[in-house]
Amino acid sequence: MSMLELRGITAGYGAFTALWDVSLRVEAGEAVAVVGPNGAGKTTLLRVISGLIAPRAGELRFEDTALAGRPAHAIVSHGIAHVPEGRRIFPQLTVADNLKMGAFLPAARRAFAESLARVYTLFPTLAERQKQRAGSLSGGEQQMLAIGRALMSHPKLILLDEPSMGLAPVMVLRVFDLIRRVREEGYTILVVEQNVRQVLKLVDRAYLLEVGRIKVEGRAAELNEQDFVRKAYVGL
Amino acid sequence: MIDPIFLVEAALNGILLGGILALLALGLNLIFGVIDIVWIAYVDLVMVCMYAIYFTVQVYGWPVWVGGGVALALGALLGIAVHVLIISPILGSAAVNQLLATGGLLFFLQSFATFLWSTDHRTVRFSLPSWEIGGIFLPATRLIPFGISIIAMVVLYLFLTKTYMGTAIRAVAQDREATALMGASPMLIYLVTSAVGGLMAGLAGALLIFQYSVHPFFGGQFGPLTFMICVLGGLGNMPGAFVASFVMAEIIQIAGVIWSTEMGYVIAFVVFIVMMFVRPGGLLARRQ
Repeated sequence: MSMLELRGITAGYGAFTALWDVSLRVEAGEAVAVVGPNGAGKTTLLRVISGLIAPRAGELRFEDTALAGRPAHAIVSHGIAHVPEGRRIFPQLTVADNLKMGAFLPAARRAFAESLARVYTLFPTLAERQKQRAGSLSGGEQQMLAIGRALMSHPKLILLDEPSMGLAPVMVLRVFDLIRRVREEGYTILVVEQNVRQVLKLVDRAYLLEVGRIKVEGRAAELNEQDFVRKAYVGL
Repeated sequence: MIDPIFLVEAALNGILLGGILALLALGLNLIFGVIDIVWIAYVDLVMVCMYAIYFTVQVYGWPVWVGGGVALALGALLGIAVHVLIISPILGSAAVNQLLATGGLLFFLQSFATFLWSTDHRTVRFSLPSWEIGGIFLPATRLIPFGISIIAMVVLYLFLTKTYMGTAIRAVAQDREATALMGASPMLIYLVTSAVGGLMAGLAGALLIFQYSVHPFFGGQFGPLTFMICVLGGLGNMPGAFVASFVMAEIIQIAGVIWSTEMGYVIAFVVFIVMMFVRPGGLLARRQ
């Protein structure tokens, strides 16, 4: 049994359909990537999993519980943490308060001190800046905060939406390095990325999503980056 | 020339009045800052709670702290009712509709209060001492509400900054969707915010009854002033509203002593209009 399983998911906004009959699975302990060009439906896919939008059709199972149609705040308690596109930290709150929000649920509150120590070990910059307003952090630090905030909820699965977006090239490498360390802590990861080269080095398996449909699926080591890039961006 | 002692007394009264205005302004501002809706009828909810304490204490003779508790509980319930019955169904609609809906509530409450209790002014009589220090009178009917109001604002501050729910209230004002991703239901947070805002209206009512008599149009006396303070401080800006309350109260009191009470309000409103040109984002708005 897979940890996360999507079967025939169709979803969209209003009259627009962003995902057509998408099936995907993530095993416990695995790191999986979904790559594809802009507008392929990658963000929509993560939004369906975390409950920000309800699918029109299809099945969404997490640890054998049907989650399709549940609201986002109810899905978090099952152990899914979503680091959304654009990071979406709370800019006016301090770094410490952002992390506190990550531990909002009762189960996470009980483990607050332990989770906080773990996040500060993983991201020492956050510990140094805990009293600062989150909006004053650099892009890379904000991404660390967004990931740290997700870890505070004690998740089993972490959804990462374009973690390298808008970052300077040096920072991109650092963020991927940090995600690798999060992985080594034993978290299961589903990551959506446009930076195909970097993300394929990070994950076990990958899916190529194109105009709302899964086109290719395979083990990252076997997938030729060139093929993927060509398919994703040139469409051949 | 005015005896300086009167100016000192007016300044002191300004501080005492500012403490109560701040409570009203913070309640209204909390709801606006979080839910993004101005409860035009906020002070009319205060009026209903004043009737609650009037009837329990003056008519039925209950102890004042029980009457105050009734006013607080009623305020919280009214806050929840306003959110569930009026705000929640129109959350997604145009801002002007939301304004009209809470404006409608204002007329409903005024008419309903007139129907139930007539337009008589009703007063709760307290036999409380008054102190005189160097020619300045400090009545307990002003000092006690001021003290309780300050304590309540400190409690509100601690609630918003120290607790998980308080932090979530500040978070949902910035990013509703991200708050849901933390496992916090935005709808629940709105409900709690409305209950807290209503609770503050109840408390304000319980404190105002010490100095003012209640009548169905009490909202007209303090409603525009409260709204003006919130705008002057920058809508949604809590420290701004706090400072603006004292600025307005001082203008009203000092100008009231120099000229007349009516003139005090005239000058306060003129200052407000001028400030809208000078600092449209509010007193404490960050410079861009």
